[in-house]
Amino acid sequence: MAHQSSGLTVEDLYLHFRTRRGVVQAVDGVNLTLDSGRTLVIVGESGCGKSSLSRAILRLLPRNVHTYKGSIRLGTTDVMTFNDELFRREVRWVRIAMVPQAAMNALNPVIRIQEQVAEPLLVHGSTQDLDEAIDQARRMLRMVGVPQDFAERYPFELSGGMRQRAAIAMALVASPDLVLLDEPTSALDLLTQANIMNVLKAVKQDLQSTFILITHDIATSSELADDAAVMYAGQIVELSTADQFFRDPLHPYSQKLMASVPTLREKKTLEFIPGQPPSLLDPPKGCRFADRCEARFARCSEEPPVFTVRGGRRVKCWLYESEATDG
Amino acid sequence: MAETAVVPQGTGQDSRPDALLAVKDLHTWFELRKWGFIRTGWVRAVDSVDFSLAAGEAIAIVGESGCGKSSLAKTILGLNTPTRGQIFFNGRRISHLTGREGEWYKSQIGYVMQDPYGALPPFMSIRRLLEEPLLIHGVKDPAERHERIVEAMTQMKMTPVDDFLSKFPHMLSGGQQQRVVIARAIILKPKLIVADEPVSMLDASVRVEILQLLRGLQRDMNIGLIYITHDLSTVRYFSERIFVMYAGRLVEEAEVDDLLDDPKHPYTKALLEAIADPDAGNASVYRKVPGGEPPSLANPPSGCRFHPRCPVMIKGLCEVEDPPRFEPTREHKTLCWLYREVSGE
Ligand SMILES: Nc1ncnc2c1ncn2[C@@H]1O[C@H](COP(=O)(O)OP(=O)(O)O)[C@@H](O)[C@H]1O
Ligand SMILES: Nc1ncnc2c1ncn2[C@@H]1O[C@H](COP(=O)(O)OP(=O)(O)O)[C@@H](O)[C@H]1O
Ligand SMILES: [Mg+2]
Ligand SMILES: [Mg+2]
Repeated sequence: MAHQSSGLTVEDLYLHFRTRRGVVQAVDGVNLTLDSGRTLVIVGESGCGKSSLSRAILRLLPRNVHTYKGSIRLGTTDVMTFNDELFRREVRWVRIAMVPQAAMNALNPVIRIQEQVAEPLLVHGSTQDLDEAIDQARRMLRMVGVPQDFAERYPFELSGGMRQRAAIAMALVASPDLVLLDEPTSALDLLTQANIMNVLKAVKQDLQSTFILITHDIATSSELADDAAVMYAGQIVELSTADQFFRDPLHPYSQKLMASVPTLREKKTLEFIPGQPPSLLDPPKGCRFADRCEARFARCSEEPPVFTVRGGRRVKCWLYESEATDG
Repeated sequence: MAETAVVPQGTGQDSRPDALLAVKDLHTWFELRKWGFIRTGWVRAVDSVDFSLAAGEAIAIVGESGCGKSSLAKTILGLNTPTRGQIFFNGRRISHLTGREGEWYKSQIGYVMQDPYGALPPFMSIRRLLEEPLLIHGVKDPAERHERIVEAMTQMKMTPVDDFLSKFPHMLSGGQQQRVVIARAIILKPKLIVADEPVSMLDASVRVEILQLLRGLQRDMNIGLIYITHDLSTVRYFSERIFVMYAGRLVEEAEVDDLLDDPKHPYTKALLEAIADPDAGNASVYRKVPGGEPPSLANPPSGCRFHPRCPVMIKGLCEVEDPPRFEPTREHKTLCWLYREVSGE
């Protein structure tokens, strides 16, 4: 995960929402790095801020934003310094694209699939020529497994799985540097999920795409992961390579989460995490996982920094202070 | 063809003598209507289902969404009327229970619904939610009611009980709400619990806890459990026998380890192939799963319903004739023509 000129670097990213009950600290100081051509999965339970993080990266903000700050660098360009107009023209769809949660239901019902998929090209991209854009859209649709005659249909004529593939094609069509996939398979039946994961694996290999896959499903996340991050209560608490993470998660929360996943092929002792995540309206001052953590000690009442350990793994937990190679 | 191992469907020959629940040739079809009154067809949500469950046994019914699991559950609970077939409970035919017998049957089965948020009326306190079934079933003594509420909540690890009694559902987390739903389902001390996707709305970290509580109760109180889920990875931990459902049919059944280690039906094989265990190695392999989508239940394919997606379908047979139930190995049954020449032992 060393810095590379074309990868993604997120530093101290915050996205807070104003609500009647107070300020929701949905993304609260997130740091991430991702080399180009790799896939980072971000796992976390519902409500921990995963979708907010993807919206923050793509600047798709609701009206009730309270705080939005930090830096998001693509290569050496900090896109946070772009004004909204510039961001819309030069970043969204072109450099960063997204398959939003429940994308298959978000397609425009009165526009043919191939025209929707071509839209990012016409609005932002390389070409003003409709035929050329549609050609490219069809190529991309074929790549994700949508047959030619389906490309000419309307969304309601397609199954959920086919529509989801179309949404993926639309995100890929302008060859963005980074594609955010927010729970891309969660609403689909199991065999379709596996088929779409196969498609994403093939795309990743053929196009050398850089993906961020966001999901609550740890088992599925391993289908695409080169790197893995764990999000808890608005923060990233661990960032490792997938090999390291799935074999030996570091953060006590990651360990518990892994132990709660039932496995089909071996029978293990399943565990659960007592209690529930803190409210994002008023999260605890120290470590946010402390009151559910069996390993907590005095230090945990202070917020832990992110420690770098064991060949570049990062973990936000005081247990790793002594072996940290930084600070 | 040596069709030695055919178990005829719908004849009830497979039902166990000790069955708590026996379902025979059960069909639940829903009318499809146009403009509200012209019948244009049927949705065959449950289509010729046979199974039985012994007292105190935990079974799982596994299938993808839309295959008819909830329709089957509701038919067993008496909330859907069977189009054809019978349901026996403790040897009594229940399809025709009325009045007091109907009330009795309801008190014998606890129902845990898919969605805890929809299962609990928002304006009732936890105390009232748990008291209601007792009142309906004639527990007149307030002290006894209180005692049973405390007992059920303690079983569901909702202690100290007084912290919860006066709360309303929205004040509880999803996991706690689901405990209330389960407490309500067991408060009449039923003989059977039907749990329809009891944890699919909950996060991974709390799922296991709820399932363990449910399974513990089922064992301690010797209750039969029908655990309905689309999540095959949990069944090994929480049930003894599995039934795999596809397009309204139970296409395979076996004891849990037998089914997971040695699946017979191509659909079951595909499901198992599709499921990942957390492992970084997954990223470098493709999964060999068939394409296509589950069929419409209003217009299912002829013959075997899986044949359009089946990688090993036998031309001239699978798309023509409905497979009967074969028993390729002992107590391991499947609706698949592949096993037509395999003997029963
Ligand atoms: N526009 C918004 N206004 C107020 N709160 C929001 C808004 N969007 C999300 N939230 C809250 O932010 C938190 C994180 O939500 P989300 O990012 O959707 O989590 P996840 O995707 O991990 O489930 C939740 O508490 C959610 O209710
Ligand atoms: N009351 C009903 N009227 C008409 N169709 C129904 C009714 N209940 C369920 N269905 C249909 O029956 C099929 C099976 O649904 P369901 O039993 O809910 O499946 P599952 O629980 O496996 O997801 C679906 O096509 C559904 O739309
Ligand atoms: Mg989300
Ligand atoms: Mg259902």
